[in-house]
Amino acid sequence: MKVTDKDVAYVADLANLELTEEERAHMLRDLNSILEYMERLSELETDQVAPMAQVSDRYGKNNDESRQGSDRFAYAIREDVKGGLRESLPQDVAVKNAPDTDGTFFEVPKVIERQ
Amino acid sequence: MPELTIDEVQIAIAGRHTTATALAHDFYERIRKEDPGIGAYLTVCNDRALAQAARIDAMAAEGKPLPPLGGVPVAIKDVMVTNGVRTTAGSKILENFIPPYDCTAVARLEAAGAVILGKLNCDEFAMGSSNENSAYHVVHNPRDKSRVPGGSSGGSAAAVAAEMAVATLGSDTGGSIRQPASFCGVVGLKPTYGRVSRYGLIAFASSLDHIGPFAKTVKEVALVLRIIAGRDPMDSTSAEVPVPDYVAELEKPVKGLKVGVPKEYFGSGLDPEVGAAVESAIQELAGLGCEVVPLSLPHTEYAVPTYYIVATAEASANLARFDGVRYGYRAKANTLSEMYRLTRDGGFGMEVKRRIMLGTYVLSAGYYDAYYLKAQKVRTLLTRDFDEAFKKVDVIAAPTCPTPAFRLGEKVNDPLAMYLADIYTVTANLAGIPGISVPCGENHEKLPIGLQLFARHFDEATLLRVAHAYEQSRKPT
Repeated sequence: MKVTDKDVAYVADLANLELTEEERAHMLRDLNSILEYMERLSELETDQVAPMAQVSDRYGKNNDESRQGSDRFAYAIREDVKGGLRESLPQDVAVKNAPDTDGTFFEVPKVIERQ
Repeated sequence: MPELTIDEVQIAIAGRHTTATALAHDFYERIRKEDPGIGAYLTVCNDRALAQAARIDAMAAEGKPLPPLGGVPVAIKDVMVTNGVRTTAGSKILENFIPPYDCTAVARLEAAGAVILGKLNCDEFAMGSSNENSAYHVVHNPRDKSRVPGGSSGGSAAAVAAEMAVATLGSDTGGSIRQPASFCGVVGLKPTYGRVSRYGLIAFASSLDHIGPFAKTVKEVALVLRIIAGRDPMDSTSAEVPVPDYVAELEKPVKGLKVGVPKEYFGSGLDPEVGAAVESAIQELAGLGCEVVPLSLPHTEYAVPTYYIVATAEASANLARFDGVRYGYRAKANTLSEMYRLTRDGGFGMEVKRRIMLGTYVLSAGYYDAYYLKAQKVRTLLTRDFDEAFKKVDVIAAPTCPTPAFRLGEKVNDPLAMYLADIYTVTANLAGIPGISVPCGENHEKLPIGLQLFARHFDEATLLRVAHAYEQSRKPT
């Protein structure tokens, strides 16, 4: 078993999940079985292989992994548009789906530091 | 009445044999009768549909030319936001969410005259391969109601198969359009990454998410793609690549095209009847003058582990926004931190939590290099496999899924077995190439089997042309 109870609790904390006792037991079993299956990637030698974050940086003529840094994301650059591409939502529309609002702000319970 | 293609709808409305309004009522009547046994719809939006139908009918009455999808009844997977129409993503956490804007793909369909009937069931946040992870209800495969429709766009495939919409939109992050299309016996297309804007698509894994169409025929899928494709300034990953007239391209000859057959897609685990149906479809393509070229995509066996690392890592980040503050469900709590946790605990289903946990784990300190960075590197190798293959061939042919539709409940308790159902579809998402599933026969239980075709980035024209030629050569049998 690679993943322990402690790991499950730690990761749940990072992910802002609490999980019931039963869910934690399921997670322990499932994460171990899935991660064991993922281990097979270590069979591949990848020291000289560049990581690929997404597909768009392979667009266009130089789709040969040769572009570096921000040049790889040149497709995403656009002119600044005054006021934005789209008008902002009016405030009442923006807060309409909020579970708790005073009509101007989103309201949340008291913020207390985690121990 | 509902057994119609897009062409037939256009002819019927333009010829004044029916109206868009009458057609919308016919489809709602069919949904009322059929859907309780299938479960494809989560929400119907009569007001919006009938207002649009009235606009189309007014145009027809004035003798104006109708837009390309004028009056065509369509429906949308419930992961695409719709202004004023509840959008749940199949999750309890968004049970009462009414979006204030439209997804670009939906807006484009409506601008082209389509009548949006409603929103379709799916696995929660598009996470699943059977539609059993919907927080609302399962979807029954219209071809055999004891079986799953596939997932995550199970409602989108089932609605077309059961004639409860002429065409639908789905999303495909690891096969979620192609696999349910295969299981339900309809056509489903995942376009190239960047071909269709994802603005307004509730994000699961942003480097892998795609929007695409379902319909009964390749031609209809080509028509819908032309409408939804193209650059959208609201999605910086949408590409500045011209959109051809896919329907016009369909009729070009396929003779002389090279069809690659990757041996890794025909190995152990492939159901023999599925294998035989796909082999015979490839022979059919050879008969149409295509040259069949055996080839290898050597890293295929690493695709599923790579996919589930990348997809869950991105999901864990994308789903951080569901915190009970701005929209959706909120649990009662005394402090903010407790509110976040109880909201997410109560709002998300088990598979979503599992993927958030897995994704958080592979991104966490100490494991990032071993899992996430490693998977990104293997993603490069998987993409290079296709780069090499497409130097030699124009399209690649393979099964869409290793088996026909499995039974409801068969894999719900074994997440890894469920993940392996995606074995032939996930690589196209990692590489960003377009893929389509086209019906290519049935097994001895009359369950549909799908032929999957891949093509080069942004070469949907060739992909659709080969799929169309195959489809035409098959019927009538």
